[in-house]
Amino acid sequence: MALDADWAERWVRRTAEAVADAKDELTELDRQIGDGDHGENLHRGFQAVVARLDDAAAQQAADEERTVGDVLKLVATTLMSTVGGASGPLYGTAYLRAAKVSGRSQIDPPAVVAVLEAALEGVASRGKATVGEKTMVDAWQAAVDAAEAAADDGGSEVDVLRAAAEAADTASTGTIPLVATKGRASYLGERSAGHEDPGARSTALVLGAAMAAAVSGPADPRSAA
Amino acid sequence: MTARVALLLVSHSADLARGAAELAGQMAPDVLVRGVGGGPDGGLGTSLDAVQKELGDILERLGDDDPAGGVVVLGDLGSSVLTVEAVLELDDSLAERVVLARAPFVEGAVAAAVTAHGGADLAAVLESATASVTMYQPAEGATAAAGAPAEDGATSRTVTVRNPLGLHARPAALVSRKVAELGAAVTIDGVDASSVLQLMALGATQGRELRVEATGERAAEAVATVVEMIDGGFGEV
Repeated sequence: MALDADWAERWVRRTAEAVADAKDELTELDRQIGDGDHGENLHRGFQAVVARLDDAAAQQAADEERTVGDVLKLVATTLMSTVGGASGPLYGTAYLRAAKVSGRSQIDPPAVVAVLEAALEGVASRGKATVGEKTMVDAWQAAVDAAEAAADDGGSEVDVLRAAAEAADTASTGTIPLVATKGRASYLGERSAGHEDPGARSTALVLGAAMAAAVSGPADPRSAA
Repeated sequence: MTARVALLLVSHSADLARGAAELAGQMAPDVLVRGVGGGPDGGLGTSLDAVQKELGDILERLGDDDPAGGVVVLGDLGSSVLTVEAVLELDDSLAERVVLARAPFVEGAVAAAVTAHGGADLAAVLESATASVTMYQPAEGATAAAGAPAEDGATSRTVTVRNPLGLHARPAALVSRKVAELGAAVTIDGVDASSVLQLMALGATQGRELRVEATGERAAEAVATVVEMIDGGFGEV
């Protein structure tokens, strides 16, 4: 089953739900090593995305022409406009770059890898971060590596996304002992060690939602968070 | 507004953006200086929509007749800069006329505004903002000039600072703007007199004797003009 625009929409709606559920956890993580607004900001952003998706759905009951990229572009611009902190432009750029490589109605496993790579490249270039600096790049990079390996092994879309989600989750936990050298947490220096990076955690949530949306299939009832 | 280059100052805080724009604007009345800050919910943060709107408005006011004009943007902390970069990525056509300066927010804004006031083009204003990062390092000119005799052909005179507040922001801006207008290479105590930040960094208080030096064809005139300004006390005595 190739992934289409409806999958992308399910992905985004599930992300909004996951972020809503984890809002307090993300905020607490960010309070420890950042400015404590990550959960709240991301929640506001994804709620705005869901509202726009609802609007679009009301206007055009079934848009057959819609591409995966169309959905991701809507996410990008909405997050950039509504998330006041650094995660707005960072996630926004990730979705924007991902949208640029997914302007078609269906994507297969190699294209899923390309989407994740584009997102990683967006986050890394916008944040000027590399792996090991205790940022969301750590989770994105691990996800891309795992997704690539799964696709090379001939895995399905679900296999690729599962590999990505699991790797991101592991990598997020792996940020705990690191000392931050990029982002707000870097102001804390050594004191940032011992805390999980909130951006890496939210990345794991986003990719977990992508996997769940692929597993659930098109019959999954849409629910507003 | 006659300057070719406008400034947009993007901050996490609406108050900071407004204050920085006020400060830079006061030193360069011919320059369009705007500040924008605060998140989508009105709290601290940066709003992409607000930055886009402000940029669009500035570009409209500038018109597009001048290919070397445009907007220099400065941001304060992380997300302001990221937001500006995102705005530029969303609209490729902006790249020709809008540049983001990697510069300290307040110092860069002041330096850029004063440079823009003299009619400088986009590249020169950007360079001025970027160079402001060096203001906390010892000025190269100052160390070089410390023991060095005046170059051949240089004209120099000394003048005593008379106004009570010394060469603070406003007088420094007046001097640097005049020097840019004169088009001569002028130094004051070894620092580039066309740089408002370097002049301010001299910390020249009342009673201090300053050495004004210039080279080039109009050196004598430039030195005389600057000495006269300083000696005049900038209307503060």
